[in-house]
Amino acid sequence: MTRIISTYGQLLAAAMGQTLLLALYGLFFACIIGMIVGIMSVLHSRVCRAIAAVFVNLIRGVPMIVLAYFIFFGVPYLWNTILGFGGLTLTALQAGSICLALNCGAYMAEIIRAGIESVDVGQMEAARSLGLPYWRSMYRVVLPQAIRTMIPSIINQFIITLKDTSILSVIGFPELVNTAKNVVAATFMSFQTWAIVGAMYLIVILLLQRAAKVLERRLKYGS
Amino acid sequence: MKKLIAVVLTAVMLLCAGVALAEDYAIATDTAFRPFEYTDETGTLVGIDVEILAAVAEDQGFTYTIEPLGWDASIAACQAGQKDGMIAGASITDARKESGWIFSDGYYNATQSMAVAQGSSIAGFEDLKDLSVAVKIGTMSKDYADSLAGQYGFTVTTFESSPDVYQAVIGGQCAACFDDTPIMADYIKSNGVPLQLVDGTANEGADYGFAVFSPDKQELVDKFNAGLKNIKASGKYDEILAKYLG
Repeated sequence: MTRIISTYGQLLAAAMGQTLLLALYGLFFACIIGMIVGIMSVLHSRVCRAIAAVFVNLIRGVPMIVLAYFIFFGVPYLWNTILGFGGLTLTALQAGSICLALNCGAYMAEIIRAGIESVDVGQMEAARSLGLPYWRSMYRVVLPQAIRTMIPSIINQFIITLKDTSILSVIGFPELVNTAKNVVAATFMSFQTWAIVGAMYLIVILLLQRAAKVLERRLKYGS
Repeated sequence: MKKLIAVVLTAVMLLCAGVALAEDYAIATDTAFRPFEYTDETGTLVGIDVEILAAVAEDQGFTYTIEPLGWDASIAACQAGQKDGMIAGASITDARKESGWIFSDGYYNATQSMAVAQGSSIAGFEDLKDLSVAVKIGTMSKDYADSLAGQYGFTVTTFESSPDVYQAVIGGQCAACFDDTPIMADYIKSNGVPLQLVDGTANEGADYGFAVFSPDKQELVDKFNAGLKNIKASGKYDEILAKYLG
């Protein structure tokens, strides 16, 4: 155990950094995708709702490992070889971020849709009847209430996405699991290595949960 | 309640059944390492490793099951005692012996070398500066690439199987790859994989061996060695090689 830490500790810590970087990129774009698609799915426009539904169902219906292979290996192949355009290369970080953003974005959209729908319709109706336009009613009245109910689910989704980065080890991104596999391959100490890696994930996720609790409390009392 | 217990017990028994029956040797191999192991059009696992093992088992009169777990999963399974041994084009090296591998006699000599996408301008290690190179986790090729990475200024990206490694080069995500020479040659020749080997990039190479990871399994290695000797003498070994490499 100590041998792994002293020899590979730095490597594993750097890999954790890569994991966090990947998760951060993924989550950032997931929030944007989730917000847009989530709001689209509660609009009156049928087209918007249909687009949102297709996106969410498509992504939710495909395992993330398939999505990862598809984006990293499939899309450049389609673009360069089948369509013959050429010149498209995706780094593992780019492909991984897109994959996480799409996957997490679809789930975020559902959380946001459910959050908005959980606010009583009377709130929107009251705001509208006071003369506020639709978007301002949404922004000033509905969303502030919705976000409070969404926070725990969003944090949960963040944690799932952070752990899902491990799936991206298959496209060669040097995140924690990919690096750990290399450490195991070099040392043949699977028990020790995976125990350390598990502990590293656990610590980061516990810290994230702590931060989330603080955020949740703040949003609850002062608005 | 009784019904529930009965259902649970049945489920547990069904699960255990498969485990208890395993009297044979359980052998692990890689998923796709052509021509040593790969799945043919009919979904059957074939290849030099697969046939050598079959011939040795027949000669020595033991039974076995073989499962393509993948390269690093095979190693992990053997180490954990889930599998008895592995035959997966594993190069016999001192570093591996020191870390617990127990090898049979060598059955094929292979070098590692570099390949690039067809039409690539990369002609040697010097052209790899600031580029990324694909290798398979835990292989000789990875060690070979690592040993050159500092000197030539490239980074090493690791994948789980040879086809993943090649795809990364074909797709342009990596500039070059390192893998065992006969494997890449066969994928290029038989599968039309659009790669080309780069001349003068091969290392010294080493023999492939059958491997176990526990001294208790020495018996299996002895059987393999005896069987290998016999199939070499009988001409069966040459027949297998000719079938896949000829």
